[in-house]
Amino acid sequence: MKVTEKDVAYVADLANLELTADERAGMVRDLNSILDYIDMLNELDTSDIPPMAQVSDRYGVDESKQGSERFSYASREDVLEGLRKSLPQEVALENAPDSDGTFFRVPKVIDR
Amino acid sequence: MDLTSLTIDAARSAVQERKTTAFAVAEAYYARIQKEDGQIGAFLTLSKERALEQADRIDRMATEGKILPPLGGVPVAIKDVMSTQGVRTTAGSKILSKYIPPYDCTAVARLEAAGAVVLGKTNCDEFAMGSSNENSGFHPVRNPRDLNRVPGGSSGGSAAAVASDMAVVALGSDTGGSIRQPASFCGVVGLMPTYGRVSRYGLIAFASSLDHIGPLAKTVKDAAIVLRTIAGRDAMDPTSADLPVPDYVAELDKPVRGLKLGVAKEYFGEGLDGEVRQAVEAAIEKLKGLGCEIVPVSLPHTSYAIPTYYLVATAEASSNLARYDGVRYSNRANGVKTLSGMYRRSRDEGFGAEVKRRIMLGTYALSAGYYDAYYLKAQKVRTLLTRDFEEAFRKVDAIVTPTSPTAAFRLGEKSNDPLAMYLADIYTVTADLAGIPGISVPCGETKEKLPIGLQILGKHFDEATILRVAHAYEQARKSAP
Repeated sequence: MKVTEKDVAYVADLANLELTADERAGMVRDLNSILDYIDMLNELDTSDIPPMAQVSDRYGVDESKQGSERFSYASREDVLEGLRKSLPQEVALENAPDSDGTFFRVPKVIDR
Repeated sequence: MDLTSLTIDAARSAVQERKTTAFAVAEAYYARIQKEDGQIGAFLTLSKERALEQADRIDRMATEGKILPPLGGVPVAIKDVMSTQGVRTTAGSKILSKYIPPYDCTAVARLEAAGAVVLGKTNCDEFAMGSSNENSGFHPVRNPRDLNRVPGGSSGGSAAAVASDMAVVALGSDTGGSIRQPASFCGVVGLMPTYGRVSRYGLIAFASSLDHIGPLAKTVKDAAIVLRTIAGRDAMDPTSADLPVPDYVAELDKPVRGLKLGVAKEYFGEGLDGEVRQAVEAAIEKLKGLGCEIVPVSLPHTSYAIPTYYLVATAEASSNLARYDGVRYSNRANGVKTLSGMYRRSRDEGFGAEVKRRIMLGTYALSAGYYDAYYLKAQKVRTLLTRDFEEAFRKVDAIVTPTSPTAAFRLGEKSNDPLAMYLADIYTVTADLAGIPGISVPCGETKEKLPIGLQILGKHFDEATILRVAHAYEQARKSAP
């Protein structure tokens, strides 16, 4: 078994989830079943294969350039042309469950 | 008014020629939604005020004798993962059940600028994660052809709305098959454009390197009209391509004779339903009869697509969904005294089982010690899958496959087995990973009258060819089914 109950608790912690005892047990079962299936990727030797993070890695890239210069097609001048203006504060706060009109309000971070 | 055969051009001309009004057309669709949607469940929110204001604007233009824009007065539905200013947008999730976006998704804004009337927001699997629409945080959608069957997913509401004439066309999103598979299950046309062809600005992110917006429609021509309207560079999405947008509609009638269509044996193997195979093979014969040359091709890494997809997509999702923490725009769990407790409880209460499963899988694949074995490995196999297509497209102009291995399955049939559900996307995910365009067009029915879809895949940014092939097939099937 790849994933234990302890691993699930650890990953849930990283993901900011709590999960009930039932959910954790289900997660152990489901993640193991999915990861067992995913294991088939190990049949492939990928030692010489470059990773693909973006579709644009396969087109649009100027291969003659180095580093981030290769993706210069995606850069633009630092001007507001064609871009939306920043949201006014009151609009940005409209969907907040709690705010004081200036800031998002959350429970106390430090107890004293 | 007969809504069943209404296309974009028919609706627009009726309003232009003042045989009816955009207002009356919108009202007719709302009446139909009122009557039908109780049992189908395609809509989550109706935007009646916004729709009727737009209809009024179009009617004034018609009355003044002005030429209406290409979608003038045409009622459309929008999958609820696309932001609509002032209209509730939930992504099918309880965590966003009260979210009112302060801006519009570019694709929606472009449709409206072209005269479309936005009727409302359609149901979907939560954060577009699912293949049956049963993962909606609100209620499932039922297939209009058979209410005991799923409409497919995740754009199940959009597909069902078009299939049951509750909208002329709809927008959906496709990350692993979420436009094409429901289109196939509901018997409509569904187009996923090339990655970067349509701006993702305002689309609620699931997996950013895989998410695409595209149309669901009754005809290939309507899909072409919508694509022409929403495609093209948008400064708000740096991954949107700065390439000219062809006139897809004008290209539709170009002959298909002499086009080379690839058929890959990997898409006709184990797991493919017999009736689906028969219908797709008959469709390929029909294309051959139209003068297309059928060429065998091989896409040898196809069977690795699902595991690759479920690592890449979940890794990106785990990061994208971190923002739903009860602070800025999501529901907050009550009565929790600490900040980290508030985050956790809000997420625990707001997310459904499949979303949690994918966040967990993605977080695991990215966590220290597993990144190379899972996430990096998947990115490398993604290169292999993409090279398969690049190799095949040196020999052919498009590739024809089934859209889905089966017709629509029953509600509940796969909902307790995540892996079985993931395999429903086996013929669609590879195109998302490679970023190439794909279209599903109806190509027959099973004995139980369930629709079957033919998928046509094309080269990067060559939507024109797959639309042309789909259109030629659709016309040929109409004249001799």
